Amino acid sequence: MIHSLFLINASGDIFLEKHWKSVVSRSVCDYFFEAQERATEPENVPPVIPTPHHYLISVLRHRIYFVAVIQSEVPPLFVIEFLHRVVDTFQDYFGVCTEAAIKDNVVVVYELLEEMLDNGFPLATESNILKELIKPPTILRTMVNTITGSTNVGEQLPTGQLSVVPWRRTGVKYTNNEAYFDVVEEIDAIIDKSGSTITAEIQGVIDACVKLTGMPDLTLSFMNPRLLDDVSFHPCVRFKRWEAERILSFIPPDGNFRLLSYHVSSQNLVAIPVYIKHNITFREGSSQGRFDLTLGPKQTMGKAVESVLVSSQLPRGVLNANLNPSQGTYTFDPVTKMLSWDVGKINPQKLPSLKGTMSLQAGASKPDENPTINIQLKIQQMAISGLKVNRLDMYGEKYKPFKGIKYMTKAGKFQVRT
Amino acid sequence: MTDSKYFTTTKKGEIFELKAELNSDKKEKKKEAVKKVIASMTVGKDVSALFPDVVNCMQTDNLELKKLVYLYLMNYAKSQPDMAIMAVNTFVKDCEDPNPLIRALAVRTMGCIRVDKITEYLCEPLRKCLKDEDPYVRKTAAVCVAKLHDINAQLVEDQGFLDTLKDLISDSNPMVVANAVAALSEIAESHPNSNLLDLNPQTINKLLTALNECTEWGQIFILDCLANYTPRDDRESQSICERVTPRLSHANSAVVLSAVKVLMKFMEMLPKDLDYYGTLLKKLAPPLVTLLSAEPELQYVALRNINLIVQRRPEILKHEMKVFFVKYNDPIYVKLEKLDIMIRLASQANIAQVLAELKEYATEVDVDFVRKAVRAIGRCAIKVEQSAERCVSTLLDLIQTKVNYVVQEAIVVIKDIFRKYPNKYESVIATLCENLDSLDEPEARAAMIWIVGEYAERIDNADELLESFLEGFHDESTQVQLQLLTAIVKLFLKKPTETQELVQQVLSLATQDSDNPDLRDRGYIYWRLLSTDPVAAKEVVLAEKPLISEETDLIEPTLLEELICHIGTLASVYHKPPSAFVEGSRGVQHKRLPGSAGSGESVESPDTGSAAGVSEAPPAVIPSQGDLLEDLLNLDLTPPTTTGPPPPASSGMQMGAMDLLGGGLDSLLGGDLGGGPAMGTGFGAPPAAMPASFNVPVSGGLDDLFDLGGGVGMPMGVFNPPKTVWLPAMKAKGLEISGTFVRRAGVIQMEMTLTNKAMSVMTDFAIQFNRNSFGLAPAGPLQVLTPLSPNQSIEAALPLSTVGPVMKMEPLNNLQVAVKNNIDVFYFSCQYPISMLFAEDGKMERQVFLATWKDIPNDNESQFQIKDCHLNSDAASNKLQGSNIFTIAKRTVEGQDMLYQSMKLTNGIWVLAELRVQAGNPNYTISLKCRAPEVSQCVFQNYEMVLKN
Repeated sequence: MIHSLFLINASGDIFLEKHWKSVVSRSVCDYFFEAQERATEPENVPPVIPTPHHYLISVLRHRIYFVAVIQSEVPPLFVIEFLHRVVDTFQDYFGVCTEAAIKDNVVVVYELLEEMLDNGFPLATESNILKELIKPPTILRTMVNTITGSTNVGEQLPTGQLSVVPWRRTGVKYTNNEAYFDVVEEIDAIIDKSGSTITAEIQGVIDACVKLTGMPDLTLSFMNPRLLDDVSFHPCVRFKRWEAERILSFIPPDGNFRLLSYHVSSQNLVAIPVYIKHNITFREGSSQGRFDLTLGPKQTMGKAVESVLVSSQLPRGVLNANLNPSQGTYTFDPVTKMLSWDVGKINPQKLPSLKGTMSLQAGASKPDENPTINIQLKIQQMAISGLKVNRLDMYGEKYKPFKGIKYMTKAGKFQVRT
Repeated sequence: MTDSKYFTTTKKGEIFELKAELNSDKKEKKKEAVKKVIASMTVGKDVSALFPDVVNCMQTDNLELKKLVYLYLMNYAKSQPDMAIMAVNTFVKDCEDPNPLIRALAVRTMGCIRVDKITEYLCEPLRKCLKDEDPYVRKTAAVCVAKLHDINAQLVEDQGFLDTLKDLISDSNPMVVANAVAALSEIAESHPNSNLLDLNPQTINKLLTALNECTEWGQIFILDCLANYTPRDDRESQSICERVTPRLSHANSAVVLSAVKVLMKFMEMLPKDLDYYGTLLKKLAPPLVTLLSAEPELQYVALRNINLIVQRRPEILKHEMKVFFVKYNDPIYVKLEKLDIMIRLASQANIAQVLAELKEYATEVDVDFVRKAVRAIGRCAIKVEQSAERCVSTLLDLIQTKVNYVVQEAIVVIKDIFRKYPNKYESVIATLCENLDSLDEPEARAAMIWIVGEYAERIDNADELLESFLEGFHDESTQVQLQLLTAIVKLFLKKPTETQELVQQVLSLATQDSDNPDLRDRGYIYWRLLSTDPVAAKEVVLAEKPLISEETDLIEPTLLEELICHIGTLASVYHKPPSAFVEGSRGVQHKRLPGSAGSGESVESPDTGSAAGVSEAPPAVIPSQGDLLEDLLNLDLTPPTTTGPPPPASSGMQMGAMDLLGGGLDSLLGGDLGGGPAMGTGFGAPPAAMPASFNVPVSGGLDDLFDLGGGVGMPMGVFNPPKTVWLPAMKAKGLEISGTFVRRAGVIQMEMTLTNKAMSVMTDFAIQFNRNSFGLAPAGPLQVLTPLSPNQSIEAALPLSTVGPVMKMEPLNNLQVAVKNNIDVFYFSCQYPISMLFAEDGKMERQVFLATWKDIPNDNESQFQIKDCHLNSDAASNKLQGSNIFTIAKRTVEGQDMLYQSMKLTNGIWVLAELRVQAGNPNYTISLKCRAPEVSQCVFQNYEMVLKN
């Protein structure tokens, strides 16, 4: 099981260590540092590193490496999932997961880690339960604590931990009862030079914010549940009901949670919301290159495409770019060679474009590689797969809650090759 | 007001100050002080000196303070064992607290204090907690047993905690069940043979029930435990699968992968024609694809596992090629894994897409990735024959880019393509030669040299090219040196007139100026071969190479089976069995997939060999690229052996040796060359250093070779009957087998030529013998590893043992053989010369011979006439000795030579003979005496055969 945890910052300092079994010397991290040195980019450090006596399994989140040390045969995914849970919990407790935030709250961090794992076995990882055990720090509570001498630690046995619905605490009370659902879809796509789609798929999630009194039992049904053939559910969802009726039936956790994530595979036809016309050329023997980009909406069902951000890693030989955007602003970092163009909203009547020249090192040969263009965008009030919620019902409680559903489409890893 | 203030004290008397604060009367100050201590501890400062002061703060009602002190205790108890005993009483008290939270906290902390002295005191409280009314305490106590076991295993066993733990598997609370399983699994890891997790249908049922209700982590433990169970039949297997499949939709990827493991394993037991089998296959694809949309670290682990899954069951993901396409900002470790899987999934249907992608990748920035992409194009060419042409032209395009590492990588893979499709793409050699100068990596240089040597007859200036490499011979890596040596010898054998100087130069470089034993030995072998028998040298060096097979890096099937049982674990990430790397390797059990029930596959007969037997012989696993280049003789002559040690005299080596002897000294060059004599001496007189190297045992084969070359060892002229057709193609659906038997260095071998005269490819050869008079049986499986294509012949040497089952045959030396291939089973019978069974130690002492001769009753004596034999007695004696018939004494009486001879059969029967040879009389008389007179007839026939040939 998980032996120890080291938190390492970007400059390679171990700023926190926690051991759940015997103490493992921090020199074990030397193997990690070696791997880090070999990797060209911070994210290229391999997630599993063998050392003579231990294995190091690491994730990189918020520029912090979370390095778990294990000694015996343990499923690596188990460790990685747990580390993710640690990151999520920190973020949940402190708002951000940074070195400063962790150092500021080191006692809470320690208490949390102690509760999350016992002898390497996960103990309490649900944020509901943790919050009952250890109250998250708020400015008000910190002040109150200093004045009254009370503590962050709950006095009660976390009731949820033993009930059949471990994800929900009992005795929840709200004056305003509300349940909001966000259907968020991300398109991952690779578009080739000629503009045809090589691969495209949709990663969707339904995130919920449920603040309901008591023990509500919800059902959520879809207009077109057929789209959801590859889904992962929050443990609260009753799987049998879904299998039989294609209805999501569940007792929700309290607060924010991810109800379901789904995947619409490349075998279905995926609508591509924008097209891009590009002409990036270098001529042999000339120290100038041409750069010409135009964006336009494609299949958006009439909705506006917003928050468009185009970025591209230009070849190493490019010294500078002198470009002229028809709208928005662009920046070019001559060190990393990263070009990014903040376009904003696409106006179908007047398509945004970015044109100009790039200067190359004098006498250098024409770059071999072709830059890939990365696009980020948002489309409100639409799920690009066409998924639609039919209705949401509540049973088990008497009051009438506020209900709301929001749709949004984003670009995930949306790449255009040139 | 944040905790960072605790980090800021840097004053000198820090510890002293803290000590004062800890002993303060004010509760608040105490707590602040403990917090400061903890903060120092987390950053690795040594605050163990404060141990007694901190422990004093333990007796408090304040839960937070208690927890903090517990934290401290866990960290430092080991270094202060005597002090830690002070804490025992508080633990015992806390275990009786009315608040279950405190009870659980106490039992949890107790287990973390890794001090031997304390553990005994903790047994009683633990026992109570295991039976606590509150499930929260029970589940915490279950884990505590595992902790205690880690500290003192004997104590846990003596106290009977393991039985209590087993009982908890039937607990009513799913969380308790999950933790009990987790604890037992951990303990079982250190007792591989104990039956801790005794899985039977009842416990399985309980686990499956708990599976639905426990937390995600509990589900992982339970699924991993289920995977160790072997269902009784396919129906049980199916019902477990049905109850596990919902886990594939879990949000936690570790749960998903553990479920995949259970399903992959239990699926083996389902009949393939079952509807449910197909349904299950379909259900497995989406969750695997979903794993690839997760964070890169998860993707990496998932990809390593998918790599195993596609090797075992390619059908699951065959339509999902696109999800493995590489995004340019994937981390490198994800990119490389994706490439690997793309190649595994490549087929005729999707090859166009795959090639287009690979070509795209080959222009990326990351060097490692580009190299692998180029290599992948080559592997596609070898895997999908229809695409070979397109792959070659893509590679040529890439060579035109002149990007140094792309060119080098392309040349390495083109070499493999040449080996797969000989005489098809050699037209590109000219293009390759243009890039000769830019090659600076050993592998690429070696590949290029191989190409030049192999196709020397088509490259006009091959000698110049190779000569240019020779200049810096000593600066090259071994790989290149070996390759250069071989290439020049090849060149010489192809164009002997122009290249003598070159070959002499390289041989002397290799044998005299090099410190590398491999290089030197190879040099000597060539030297010997060329000087003794250039014809044989030609046969050896320019032998036809077996085609390389498509899957160059398939995991060996038994290992793959084991790894499938370890899906989701570290073993699956490293593609190594856990026994190979798990610390201490406490006798980890090897897991195997359960056998399939009711499927129509033939069951191996026990005689044909081990588990990885012949009929399921894997597609020839050829050595990796590096090896390919490095070995020459091995590669060209001996088939790769996959199972068991090779027979002592490997056929390849042996054949070379025999030819060396038999071929005499007629030179390839003969009179063609004016400089013949000079050459002869050049070769014939190896440098003085050579004899010294004889003493260095390089390998059995080599020693033999040199021994023979020196004329020591085996006598001349061993007679081996020529091959005769045993099984005509007419009778065996196109398979023709001809063969003979030989005995070499005490090993009986059946040498066969298998010829495919049918229209289709033959694979899966296996052989078996009927019981026979001397218990002959195959000593290993029939080594026919490559499929036999139409009109192809293959030589197979089967070593035989004489320990098989015995049954008297008529005639005595009759052998009934069954040969099986993918088409049918065929039977034939053949007769082996009885001299095969004559042991090397068949020479009797004179005295013993006399006594035995007298001892055997005269009834057992039989006399035969051998007619028309024109050898004198000495020649006959020599010849017979080759067949292990030893002459013990010779007497000449009245112009008649009497040879007294003895031989010993492998089953211990001695045969004594008196051979009378009269000068001028072509008819010999032989008298045989033996305790088992039945063999006499056979022995006589053998004499006749040996003497007349």
